[in-house]
Amino acid sequence: MAPGLGPAIRVAGLSHAFGEGEARRKVLQDIALDIPRGQLVILMGASGSGKTTLLTLLGCLRAVQEGSVVVLGRELAGAAEAEMVAARRRLGFIFQAHNLHESLTALQNVQMGLAVHGPLPGAEVAAAHLLGLLGLGDRLHHLPAQLSGGQKQRVAVARALVGNPDIVFADEPTAALDRESGRAVVEMLRRLGHERGTTTLMVTHDNRILELADRILTLEDGRILQDETRAGGAGAKAPRRGWDVS
Amino acid sequence: MTAPVTGLLTRLLGRLPIGWLQLTHNRGRLAAAIAGVAFANVLVFMQLGFLGALISTIRLPYQALAADLLVLASDANTLQDGSPLPRQRMLEALSVPGVAAATALHYGRLDWKQPDGTVRTLDVLGVDPRARSFSLRAIERQRDLLTLSRAALLDSGTRNVPPAVFEAIAAGQTLHFEAGGRAVDVVGTFHIGGGFSADGYLVVSDQTFLKLFPQRSAGAPNIVLLRAEPGTDLDALARRLRAVLPASDSAVRTVAEAVARDQRFQTTQRPVGVIFGFGVAMGALVGIIIVYQVLSTDVADHLREYATFKAIGYGQRFFLGIVFEEAVILALLGFIPGSLVATGLYALVTAAVGLPVSMDGFRLAGVLLGTIAMCTLSGAVATRRLARAEPAALF
Repeated sequence: MAPGLGPAIRVAGLSHAFGEGEARRKVLQDIALDIPRGQLVILMGASGSGKTTLLTLLGCLRAVQEGSVVVLGRELAGAAEAEMVAARRRLGFIFQAHNLHESLTALQNVQMGLAVHGPLPGAEVAAAHLLGLLGLGDRLHHLPAQLSGGQKQRVAVARALVGNPDIVFADEPTAALDRESGRAVVEMLRRLGHERGTTTLMVTHDNRILELADRILTLEDGRILQDETRAGGAGAKAPRRGWDVS
Repeated sequence: MTAPVTGLLTRLLGRLPIGWLQLTHNRGRLAAAIAGVAFANVLVFMQLGFLGALISTIRLPYQALAADLLVLASDANTLQDGSPLPRQRMLEALSVPGVAAATALHYGRLDWKQPDGTVRTLDVLGVDPRARSFSLRAIERQRDLLTLSRAALLDSGTRNVPPAVFEAIAAGQTLHFEAGGRAVDVVGTFHIGGGFSADGYLVVSDQTFLKLFPQRSAGAPNIVLLRAEPGTDLDALARRLRAVLPASDSAVRTVAEAVARDQRFQTTQRPVGVIFGFGVAMGALVGIIIVYQVLSTDVADHLREYATFKAIGYGQRFFLGIVFEEAVILALLGFIPGSLVATGLYALVTAAVGLPVSMDGFRLAGVLLGTIAMCTLSGAVATRRLARAEPAALF
């Protein structure tokens, strides 16, 4: 299926377990899920409910054990490493602990998000521009150690977004941010969804940003407990485009 | 300070020089890693230096001889260890077409007791003073002096002999000493230099030699030196000689063959050579272990950052590229102090024990290439853990 058609993510019969033998523990059980393009989906649940595992499975960071995961039209179950690598390049990941490279400046970290697509002319300008939009125009050449937690998280956001990913995965992206910048980041993700059809799947405990979601999924003991599409959000089944939203 | 290098590497690699940036980010660890590689280099250089000194000191006395071909005893591995050879072989060799000259050489060893009670071991070469036996001009010039009974020429490279001794001889004084109850008068000097078994060389006439070694006989020298007529094919001449001389007691070798055989024997059969060869292997092994430790620790320290890159979509080739970049940088940065320290230590060893331990371009290039190869290999092995891991498992 050509990209741009069909849902961003289609999951069927997905189960996942950790450990061996007696210690084997199921963390995901028979998950079925369709996420259309352009949606901003928040994934909630108590710790241990399996939400990070689900996020890493959909984000191609973990091999699928059982069931089917189709991301951007590509089946991940049984996919070869090369296919996983190719799939990851169309995704953006914002990690809980930002995971910036300590030896690289803010600008270089963001450039790494672009360089994965090969050397591009103007990559440095694009990276600097995005950091400027995130209020870090004067911190381009700072190393992560010289940045505050919130600044580091914004660099990580820029790194995830600079390559114009089709799907953004975010694991508690606002945890290190104050109310305003946290909200600003999520609003930016939401705007991207509406303007470019970028899909966002975000794990969060942050109640302050729930109102920005198109859809809220609640996980409990590895199953989807609740799937709530928000009014006013973009929770339709059809692919989203910026022009057909509020 | 590192910015120009970063710019250069960026252009060279066509990407951000992550390896260089990682290495220079932690200067303390970089210094330790460079020291580790440099130490491994010094280790290998020293062992190679000793082995090289052994190999080159073996060649020295052969080079001093005025010979194209040597007739040695069939059981001879070195100049010294062969059985005595019937003098008859010299006359037989002379009858072979292509042989221009032949002269016999007696080879013995004696202990020269010093006033302080220590001993210098001298390899003694007894030659016919009327015939040309040496290519060293110093010996040839003073050859007539050897016709005097008890007269000898002493190697000015003899280990642990004060320079004043040689200066006095050069000034015309005669040095008298006794060896094995026989008197020797040193009337001149030349230079070959000591090796691993003897401290230096002493050249005497065959008559004096037989007085110093009364158990030896004039009819049984150790080596016959042959000079070929100009333009003779030495290999063909050696074949003709082998056809004439009985293989049961004599062997005909070109000087190059004899040197190669001696070197092979001393490096593979004699304890000293085996120990140095083993030392080179051990040095290389320890070097590989140090380099591997440095690189695998570095990979382990950056695993989380690599996992992030992997999540972004970078493949194994990218990580290999980073580690190779680090490997080559460490190999080059470690090689500079390593080779400098080794060159200094070579000079120290040469001064201390009088062995020709010296650096040459071939060895420098060999160790540099070896270091880069070992660093790269270690880097490749060190990234294997990363290749197998799922990015999610690395956080």
